[in-house]
Amino acid sequence: MKRRTLLKTGATAAFAAALGAPLRAQNAPMKVGFVYVGPINDGGWTQHHHHSAKEMVEHFGDAVELVYQESVPEGPDAERVMTQMCLQGCQIIFTTSFGFMDPTINVAAKFPDVKFEHATGYKTADNVSVYSARFYEGRAIQGHLAGNMTESNRVGYIASVPIPEVVRGINSAFIHARKVNPDVEFKIIWIFEWLNPAKEADAAKALIEQGCDVVLQHTDSTAPHAAAKEAGGVYTFGQAADMAEFAPMPRISSIIDNWAPYYIDRVQAAMDGTWESVNTWQGIGEGMVGIGEISSAVPDDIKAEAEAMRDAIAAGDYHPFTGPLSKQDGTQFLAEGEVADDGLLAGMNFYVEGIEGDIPS
Amino acid sequence: MDLSSINPLLLLASLMVASTPILLAALGELVAERAGVLNLGVEGMMITGAACGIIFSALTGNAWVGFAGAALGGLLLSFLFAVLTQVLLSNQVATGLALTLFGLGLSALLGQSFADARPPAFPKLDMPILSDLPVLGPVLFRHDGMVYVGLLLVVAVWYFLTRTRAGLILRAVGENHEAAHALGYRVVLIRFGAIMFGGACAGLGGAYISLVRVPQWTEGMTAGAGWIALAIVVFAGWKPVRLLLGAYLFGGVTVLQLNLQAAGLAIPVEYLSMSPYVATILVLVILAAGRAPGSLGKTFHASR
Repeated sequence: MKRRTLLKTGATAAFAAALGAPLRAQNAPMKVGFVYVGPINDGGWTQHHHHSAKEMVEHFGDAVELVYQESVPEGPDAERVMTQMCLQGCQIIFTTSFGFMDPTINVAAKFPDVKFEHATGYKTADNVSVYSARFYEGRAIQGHLAGNMTESNRVGYIASVPIPEVVRGINSAFIHARKVNPDVEFKIIWIFEWLNPAKEADAAKALIEQGCDVVLQHTDSTAPHAAAKEAGGVYTFGQAADMAEFAPMPRISSIIDNWAPYYIDRVQAAMDGTWESVNTWQGIGEGMVGIGEISSAVPDDIKAEAEAMRDAIAAGDYHPFTGPLSKQDGTQFLAEGEVADDGLLAGMNFYVEGIEGDIPS
Repeated sequence: MDLSSINPLLLLASLMVASTPILLAALGELVAERAGVLNLGVEGMMITGAACGIIFSALTGNAWVGFAGAALGGLLLSFLFAVLTQVLLSNQVATGLALTLFGLGLSALLGQSFADARPPAFPKLDMPILSDLPVLGPVLFRHDGMVYVGLLLVVAVWYFLTRTRAGLILRAVGENHEAAHALGYRVVLIRFGAIMFGGACAGLGGAYISLVRVPQWTEGMTAGAGWIALAIVVFAGWKPVRLLLGAYLFGGVTVLQLNLQAAGLAIPVEYLSMSPYVATILVLVILAAGRAPGSLGKTFHASR
């Protein structure tokens, strides 16, 4: 093909596209993009985002078309993926990991007509909303169960990336474990990744070998459950997904992410033209955080207490961060009866009193 | 800080388990490199082995069949590499990198419907007297069979390379393929064998992660172990016994740093996380690295 013909064809195509655009907006399905940090069958975080995305598609039927990319590394490559989605004609894009925050903001600035929704971040723009779930509410219940169930008084915690969300979870679990068991101590291992089954398994084994008989995780795979099952007599909790295949032992409960209602709301808003940049943070009450069934391995009275706590949090009667609470160094940050506000929670970068060790910076 | 909570016996025992995947993959690569072939596709062959291991063991319910399938998967992938580099004379570095990318994608495709598969339990050996020895028993003699297969392979490769005529020929091919060719040895054929041995070993290493260490299938689950294996071959100076040392050191410090974190050692976590890499490089460099095989990575054609 000669260059001139090529140019001519290109111009014709562009012209056709320009003409076609308004027509397409009415007839063709709305393209909805999802950027995932892990594979869609990781059994945890990404799987539940994808599951919710599919529920959203089911809700709208032919009116939407799902475009997704899995296993996108957090970093510059994410910008390339998002740009690609914008160029493909996605009108709303959900970026579902904390590390996509800056890439999302950067790409959003280049495509002002595309709407972005970033999960678990804090930076917003005219066309960027953020949404997250109050996982710390679920962590409170896990802490309550962990404090009651442990016999060695050692609770292991596999932490992922040192950001406020993870620190908040550790604090919430610790506060509630200490409340029911003043002798409990937490052993925390940071693996600096969200998903690395081999490392998660090694970390779980190290914790179990050091006498932990409850292992909490803020990582995405089921590898710690397999390690706990092999060791026997160790309790674990499902993370992001129910992980019910490991119930009733070692998995005794779980935090389940339910993003579907939010996804349906937001895509509907984009369709109606009522979409606005918002900052959404919902918990057990709104249904974004689900508590997986507490298994038969837990005695009935403890189960009842945990369920009562769940209901109190859902109803807004109880806040997991209620004073008096002190930081690790002993300075009080919440006075008697005071409740943490969202600003404090969102920027939480300190351990509460009683946890040993430092948060990696 | 409570270092007494670390049980050194359990630590040593987990060290052997954590090191086995890297050891197997590195051993295979060592043989390939001693024959003069640089195959950067170890990561791709490992992850394919991990996927094949799950598939074969899930279908048959037998972990050993899973390992055999994994070896076969890695071998087939390395056969592709051998055809490209030895017959079609493509660049080994580029082909190896492509093999890694291909393996990552292929394994994701193969493993797609096996995400929920749970591999059959892989029994730990219970050796009559040895397992009951006071200290050595739990550390050395209560592991699963693959740990010992890995150790036996190290001995076998060492014996083969240094004590047999065939090993001498393989090394001759790696040192100077034109001279070996002039002596009448079939360079391409020998390299095919070495590459495929490397592929099978990488497959076994990958399957050890998916069948024993984790055990389940997740995309990308080898998470760079293949690259570590490649590095250990170089730092071990292409010598099997040093390779064993390197792999155990890396696995050992990896497990140790997790234990130190859990014990609350007052060293910033970042330093602990980098410690396996630093320790392995330091020790193997101090031991003075060997010389690379003379024809490593060079393309051979009989016409020259």
